[in-house]
Amino acid sequence: MTGIAAGMSTCGKVPFISTFAMFAAGRSFEQVRNAIGYPHLNVKIGATHAGISVGEDGATHQCNEDIALMRVIPGMVVINPSDDVEAKAAVKAAYEHNGPVYMRFGRLAVPVINDRPDYKFELGKGVVLKEGEDMTIFATGLCVVEALLAAEKLAADGIDAEVINIHTIKPLDNELVIASAKKTGKVFTVEEHSIIGGLGAAVSEVLCENCPTKVTRIGVNDVFGESGPAVELLHKYGLDAEGIYNKIKETM
Amino acid sequence: MNKLELQKTAVEVRKGIVSSVHSAKAGHPGGSLSAADIFTYLYFEEMNIDPKDPKKADRDRFVLSKGHTAPGLYSALANRGYFPVEDLLTLRHTGSYLQGHPDMKHIPGVDMSSGSLGQGVSTAVGMALAAKMDGADYRVYTLCGDGEIQEGQIWEAAMFAGHRKLDNLVVIVDNNNLQIDGAIDEVCSPYPIDKKFEAFNFHVINIDGNDMDAIAAAFAEAKATKGMPTAIIAKTVKGKGVSFMENNAGWHGKAPNDAEYETAMEDLKKAGEALCQ
Repeated sequence: MTGIAAGMSTCGKVPFISTFAMFAAGRSFEQVRNAIGYPHLNVKIGATHAGISVGEDGATHQCNEDIALMRVIPGMVVINPSDDVEAKAAVKAAYEHNGPVYMRFGRLAVPVINDRPDYKFELGKGVVLKEGEDMTIFATGLCVVEALLAAEKLAADGIDAEVINIHTIKPLDNELVIASAKKTGKVFTVEEHSIIGGLGAAVSEVLCENCPTKVTRIGVNDVFGESGPAVELLHKYGLDAEGIYNKIKETM
Repeated sequence: MNKLELQKTAVEVRKGIVSSVHSAKAGHPGGSLSAADIFTYLYFEEMNIDPKDPKKADRDRFVLSKGHTAPGLYSALANRGYFPVEDLLTLRHTGSYLQGHPDMKHIPGVDMSSGSLGQGVSTAVGMALAAKMDGADYRVYTLCGDGEIQEGQIWEAAMFAGHRKLDNLVVIVDNNNLQIDGAIDEVCSPYPIDKKFEAFNFHVINIDGNDMDAIAAAFAEAKATKGMPTAIIAKTVKGKGVSFMENNAGWHGKAPNDAEYETAMEDLKKAGEALCQ
């Protein structure tokens, strides 16, 4: 599928291909890298069932490594939308972008947070969903809504958290990341992905070089997932609002 | 071109292979030389192409699935006029556009980047499918190694091509019987290759891949075949045309030293002269 899409794109088509993230980024990594990435072809990859929220299928199908794998390919754009409004916008943006794009989608239905008239999707631009002074939470994908809920709980404790939706992990909105880190001085990243190589790593890399700031990465902590209902797994792995809140309180 | 002209051109293509690999001090002469007659026929007779307009939309496409034999492709392209023949001597040199494996972004006439074995049939299938979708009549050719078809992805793509009845696709297998580690039937036999492609719903043609008449007949038969893709199983001699390289797996991926280069070029010079008798 990946190779066929590459060939089609050389003939002027804009192929969208789709399968589980485990196969789109995992099994096909080398095809994506060599047949799409190296010639910088205009192929869009819609990777579904990403992260542990695949649920009952268990670790074999729970891809917590795809952002890392795709991010390292030169010229690849990596998008992880936070709800269905953003997912639709991301597909349009991917089509309009000339070059390879990896879109990461989950299986679990998540609350809609972007259903507002002024919503606009800009590739590579983070979105400040809640301004704050005490700390910044950079979140991506379904963890964005959980980060917002965690920020509400923190507010009840008198902690003013800034919440930023990073829907495009590559190219990262370096300017926004640096500005917010400078403002609050404390950074948390939240993702349904390994803490290695994903959003946490991307944010850490930028801050290390530009504005050294303590970063706490919240994600799948270098372990494989397991079977279970998605919501229970997100809770068990500390990626729901409660888990994010607890981790932040513990760290602060 | 008539047969004699094609044969003479194939000698020039072989000289370019030997010179470029010698200059690079690395590369894959054996499989480039075995396929030199096929490269020559494709670029000088078979394909609808224009070296002055390498990207023209209705051109026939070629994917070198066995991308390590880039010296053969580059030599055919250079001799056909896509870029200067002298540039072949920059093969694999730092800063040269002639990368070790085909790079569609920088080399005029290269339709697809390739080299990671097993992937070329898939990308060729994508091109053939795009042509069908657009109602375009360009044809797509891809050349695989016989060792390369040990890769599973080849058969995934073949299954799809057969299923979609891509009769604008020709898969050529350069059956020189040798891969880097030795004879293919000793390493991991892909035989019977023809029966396998037949089982994947291909029209299959077995030929002597170093015989210009046989090559011409096979491509004509492929063009006349409707409703299914064609596989040409081309029996060839690895290292063909250079006496000490023929049928020797040791020359899969090794450059000739200066003395060997002289001998090889002498062999080819004589072959060229014999054609002028």
